[in-house]
Amino acid sequence: MSDLRALYQEIILEHNKNPRNFKKLEGATRILEGFNPLCGDRYTVYIKLEGSTIADLAFQGSGCAISKASASLMTTLLKGKSIEEARSMFSLFHDVVTGVLADVSFERLGKLAAFGGVSEFPARVKCASLAWHTMRNALESKTETVSTE
Amino acid sequence: MRVIQSASGVSRQRFDIGSLRELFPVLKQTVHGKKLVYLDNAATTQKPLSVIAELDRYYREYNSNIHRGVHLLSEKATAAYEGVRCRTRQFLNAASEKEIIFVRGTTEAINLVAGSFGRANVQAGDEVLITGMEHHSNIVPWQMLCEANGARLTVVPLTDEGEISVEEYTRLLGSRTKLAAVSHISNALGTVNPVKEMIRIAHDRGIPVLLDGAQAVAHQRVDVQDLDCDFYALSGHKMYGPTGFGVLYGKERLLSAMPPYQGGGDMIRSVTFEKTIFNELPHKFEAGTPNIADGIGFGATLEFLESLDWNAVVQHEHELLTYATEVISNIPGVRIIGTARKKAGVLSFIMDDVHPHDIGTILDQEGIAVRTGHHCAQPVMDRFGIPATVRASFALYNTKAEVDELARGIHKVIEVFR
Repeated sequence: MSDLRALYQEIILEHNKNPRNFKKLEGATRILEGFNPLCGDRYTVYIKLEGSTIADLAFQGSGCAISKASASLMTTLLKGKSIEEARSMFSLFHDVVTGVLADVSFERLGKLAAFGGVSEFPARVKCASLAWHTMRNALESKTETVSTE
Repeated sequence: MRVIQSASGVSRQRFDIGSLRELFPVLKQTVHGKKLVYLDNAATTQKPLSVIAELDRYYREYNSNIHRGVHLLSEKATAAYEGVRCRTRQFLNAASEKEIIFVRGTTEAINLVAGSFGRANVQAGDEVLITGMEHHSNIVPWQMLCEANGARLTVVPLTDEGEISVEEYTRLLGSRTKLAAVSHISNALGTVNPVKEMIRIAHDRGIPVLLDGAQAVAHQRVDVQDLDCDFYALSGHKMYGPTGFGVLYGKERLLSAMPPYQGGGDMIRSVTFEKTIFNELPHKFEAGTPNIADGIGFGATLEFLESLDWNAVVQHEHELLTYATEVISNIPGVRIIGTARKKAGVLSFIMDDVHPHDIGTILDQEGIAVRTGHHCAQPVMDRFGIPATVRASFALYNTKAEVDELARGIHKVIEVFR
């Protein structure tokens, strides 16, 4: 159960149940769909850029608890951030879920620490990363559907 | 073990599950500190000791290429490999060994028929008929063929129970239909199709039928002459045999008229730069050095299957599925996908507010191996308006106690997501 609780932390279960910014974003300047064919997770990420700042972002779609909570948390963390900050947060997130980063404490990572348990579940890394990959590609103006397979 | 042969009737008491499980070493382990409950048999079954030993014996004692050597090891290997063909003919009750083509598995078998029979017989404006419950391997080869030849793929729709209506199937068999390709048992839903009746109806219209038997051969005896199917495709690894080895059965009359599928060694009689004369059946369709070891291992698989009391196996699996359906469907928030009147081996389900992928991870932590996802049958998921299901699939070594474990695991899911 301890391993499971490390994966399904309260904050993840809560964001899964009540996802934030879970809507179509009017006036979005970047819209991109991410798809994981393995499990059928599918999300659209909406970003409203003002200059090089993410003025607003949102997402829609369906998938597992890990992917949905990850997308939801991402939207709360990136609002108001610059493109550069979003990119570096993507790298940090990636290091957390792939187990590259040893210190996954809340003190070091803040809310991203919720995904510290994912690296113990290799089959779920792609779930956690889907919205993040989609966001990053959207910032780079890639218009194809992103696949984490 | 020896599951005692019974000449007729039910022999439930004599189906000794304990000694049967002893034959499958994989089952005796723990995962994540829990006793393994293996319920992913539709993906692949575990292998009995006799099959593992046969693979070992081949590599230790007579590994050699076949059909060409004059030396003793090659003769031994050839005799063993061709002996498997003889055994396969008996197992399927085919009329001749010429009708037994060895392939990598069901997927290759279907691609062979599409690439050879299809290429030669399906022209622009013709139709190939499949059903809404097919595995991708019985959809994509036909799509590729239709695309290349300007033909049309016709799909028999599914009912809400996950069955096909025979009336609809009959209606869709048209004057331009050149082949019907149908799963014997659905891998995603467990539906057993009334294939004998479907074959008769197609034959009344002069249309040959291919059966995708990947999910059927481990759960019931198959007699290709009784079914009267024109092609039957199967995978060894889903019937307790090695991976990478399968069978295409085809009626000799059809196979003889079909062009080769792949060119290379073994499938030729003579080669000059001007002309190649192809080998006879079945070798015409077997280019290159085959998967000798796994073929010989498949022979041991057939021996294992033939040692079983099939009345008892069918009864045991039927009771298991009935029990699982009752236990799992009684858990609040669980919905079974695929409620056909006749089912075998498969219990697909979804839960309110919990995605199948999360269920799979939690069950895995409880030692329970299931498949989650679309099961290579995305059109089936689309039909039911869901992205994925959890699939528990059963084999002859599974027990009611393991079904109870599954139910306990599902309650754990509910607890985590409360």
